[in-house]
Amino acid sequence: MSKGLNARQAVAALTVAGLVLLPLYSHLTGNIFVLTLFTRIVILAMAAASLNLIMGYGGMMSFGHAAYLGIGGYAVGILAQEGVGSGFIQWPVALAASALYAVVIGALSLRTRGVYFIMITLAFAQMAYYVASGLARYGGDDGLTIYKRSDFSGLVDLSNRVQFYYLCLACLLGAVFLIWRIINSRFGLVVQGLRSNEQRMQAIGFPAKRYRLVCFVISGTLCGLAGALLANNTDFVSPAMMYWTRSGDLMVMVILGGMGTLFGPVAGAVAFLVLEEVLSQVTEYWALIMGPLLLLIVLFGRGGIMGTLGRLDRG
Amino acid sequence: MAEPLLRVEKLVRRFGGIIATDHVSLDVAQGELHAIIGPNGAGKTTLIAQLTGHLTPNSGSIWLGGRDISGLPAYRRSALGLARSFQITSLLTDFTAADNVALAAQAHDGHSFRFFADARKERGLREAAHAALERVGLTHRADVLVSRLSHGEQRELELAVALATRPKLLLLDEPMAGLGATESGRMVRLLQELRREVSIVLVEHDMEAVFALADRISVMVYGRVIASGLPSEIRRNEEVKRAYLGEQHVVVRHG
Amino acid sequence: MLLLVEQILNGLQFGLLLFLLAAGLTLVFGIMDLVNLAHGSLYMMGAYFAATFAAWTGSFLLGALLALGATLVLGIVLEVTALRHLYGRDHLDHVLATFGLILFFNEAVRLIWGPAGLALPLPSWLSVPVEILPGVYYPAYRLAIIVVALAVALLLYLGVMRTRIGMLIRAGASNREMIGALGINIKLLYTLVFGLGAVLAGLAGLMQAPILTVQIGMGENILILAFVIIVIGGIGSIRGAFMAAIFVGMIDTLGRAFLPDLLRQVLNSAAASTAAPALSSMLIYLLMALVLVVRPEGLFPANRR
Repeated sequence: MSKGLNARQAVAALTVAGLVLLPLYSHLTGNIFVLTLFTRIVILAMAAASLNLIMGYGGMMSFGHAAYLGIGGYAVGILAQEGVGSGFIQWPVALAASALYAVVIGALSLRTRGVYFIMITLAFAQMAYYVASGLARYGGDDGLTIYKRSDFSGLVDLSNRVQFYYLCLACLLGAVFLIWRIINSRFGLVVQGLRSNEQRMQAIGFPAKRYRLVCFVISGTLCGLAGALLANNTDFVSPAMMYWTRSGDLMVMVILGGMGTLFGPVAGAVAFLVLEEVLSQVTEYWALIMGPLLLLIVLFGRGGIMGTLGRLDRG
Repeated sequence: MAEPLLRVEKLVRRFGGIIATDHVSLDVAQGELHAIIGPNGAGKTTLIAQLTGHLTPNSGSIWLGGRDISGLPAYRRSALGLARSFQITSLLTDFTAADNVALAAQAHDGHSFRFFADARKERGLREAAHAALERVGLTHRADVLVSRLSHGEQRELELAVALATRPKLLLLDEPMAGLGATESGRMVRLLQELRREVSIVLVEHDMEAVFALADRISVMVYGRVIASGLPSEIRRNEEVKRAYLGEQHVVVRHG
Repeated sequence: MLLLVEQILNGLQFGLLLFLLAAGLTLVFGIMDLVNLAHGSLYMMGAYFAATFAAWTGSFLLGALLALGATLVLGIVLEVTALRHLYGRDHLDHVLATFGLILFFNEAVRLIWGPAGLALPLPSWLSVPVEILPGVYYPAYRLAIIVVALAVALLLYLGVMRTRIGMLIRAGASNREMIGALGINIKLLYTLVFGLGAVLAGLAGLMQAPILTVQIGMGENILILAFVIIVIGGIGSIRGAFMAAIFVGMIDTLGRAFLPDLLRQVLNSAAASTAAPALSSMLIYLLMALVLVVRPEGLFPANRR
């Protein structure tokens, strides 16, 4: 690695700087919409980053990650509905519920490999989706409106657009920092080793399933936090939060940005959602362009944004 | 006679109608280098896979240091001092040589549920890795990605990884496979040194190497051990000559 | 009792429909090792084509035939232009690329036919009830679906088990290298197999169309069900797909029909009518999870590798 910034680091640094300065831009130009858009982007970037931990580093191709968004979201929504407004209760419950779901789903799914794993995670997420649709008390199919955002006793005001944005950004950067530490830790090396060659790892003495499961749970818990943020952002939760296309979107963000790179999912989320926004302004039929674009990215853009930048660095 | 380090009793493994391991019994004494030879398809790799726990035998038992390990998963056997090298090089190709060895050391240094500290900066692990790399003469290639190492270097790294788990017994599945004459010579010298420290089960096609290294040799044909004894005995054994050594030239070409 | 017979027939009919979809999916999966999420889009296109052509020609049957041809062409074009380049790539690449194709197809349909759904009216000779047992009437059209789908399943079975192409297909599903070694034009075989899968999906879509409305995204939920089926049945296995499809069709239909009444005994009626469909949908995924936990390769794994 050479001294100074390489292209990947430069893009990562610029993205972070841009995200930090965004409220200033929004304030100066009076463009509130951009702040709303980017709050959503930052939250989904966090979900994508958590997915990248198992997909990119752990080699576990989960097609059901949106379930955690829903679980985290519903934890907040249901508690709010039942009169528990404090974020100090709502958020830990959201995390714990996501972790618990991940433990159960992970223990069952990790018995399978490859496509079967992709499909079983998808199936479990669909199950969660139908459970939510069946919650008559909490809106069923129609979803549940959250009348009051999580209350943090004056510490942060989630109804304040800028404060909420910075809270989301802090969560995202915190998650990325945590993932960075994890992937370089003993645990992270084991998980990456398992992705690379499970038989070898078993032969030198690592119980594969245990490490994979813990990784799966960490990822799910982080995504649950993103779900709690998302529920606060939209003031609304519905089964659609965990529909399978949402899981697909998250996968797209990870791969678009560069699977198994630290900042890839963030770059991917920004690129995907901004593109979606821009295309939908150009034409009502934006997916007509987005769809084939994804195909082209798969066919020609190996390694996503970060992979392409990496090739640039190596010349 | 003292309890053997490894004792295999009446091991049987079938694949459909084929018996790949046919009531194999085998003893490996402490400090011994025990070679297993036999033509291709004799079931040597299947036997190794059962010893390491990657394959479950249909019946029979495996004892390591007086303990029945037949039902233990691979990682538990590794913890008890069993290490292996793979016939087809099986390393973490997207990791550096040093990382490969350090992970092996890490596996035997407490649990790895440590999430925050940079494992590549743990001195104990790095030193263990460098010691093992030095042992096989790869120190200068420590920071090279495995995918960029030569075939010979990868074979040596396989050994270093096995050594880093500080094994009691090394199972080497054709460590010379695909090596040139110079590299083979180096490997033989390396094994010559290692055998003083650790007991070894060596599966190998290179007869010259086997007869130079082994204390005892077992000959497998069609899943069965047809002879077991000192190299000189094996050389004289008529059945072995008929079944195997007579067509050695054919086997070596296949190897 | 009457209701039970009717619902069992409905379950059979739905199961057979699912089989048509799953058969193509499992062939493509088993032979080309391609995860094709856009298979559901072909199902949707079959329905839209049928509705359009039936309206043009004024004949249901003619419309259906034209729609099958159109789906075949569409499938072949799709394979040649896009999917062919994905063979041999990572499954994840398949998921992503065909996810993109779903977006494309849904939007294309919205552009061409508009966001509102279409209806495919039945000809009068198919919309009468038939007396199948003394005193038991069943819609002729649903009966026709059962007959057609069973016939197709039988043809498929005979085709795969008895013909030379079928032999190649089976060989390909269990050992991909082998057909290459036999000196067969793999590219052509792959295109044919994909085309066959497309036609089956289109057939399922157009047969379902008169029962439900023809709408955007109609292929998505049923696609996931088809995936569940091939995973339960074992990837690459037609027989497994058939068994699993009937099984899933029954569970889904009977669950929807009888769970609300069962639930009403423990819940109040509003809660029961919300919870029941959710629960019966869940049952299928629960079943799949159970199968994968017990038999991680499915119930009837084709001999792979």
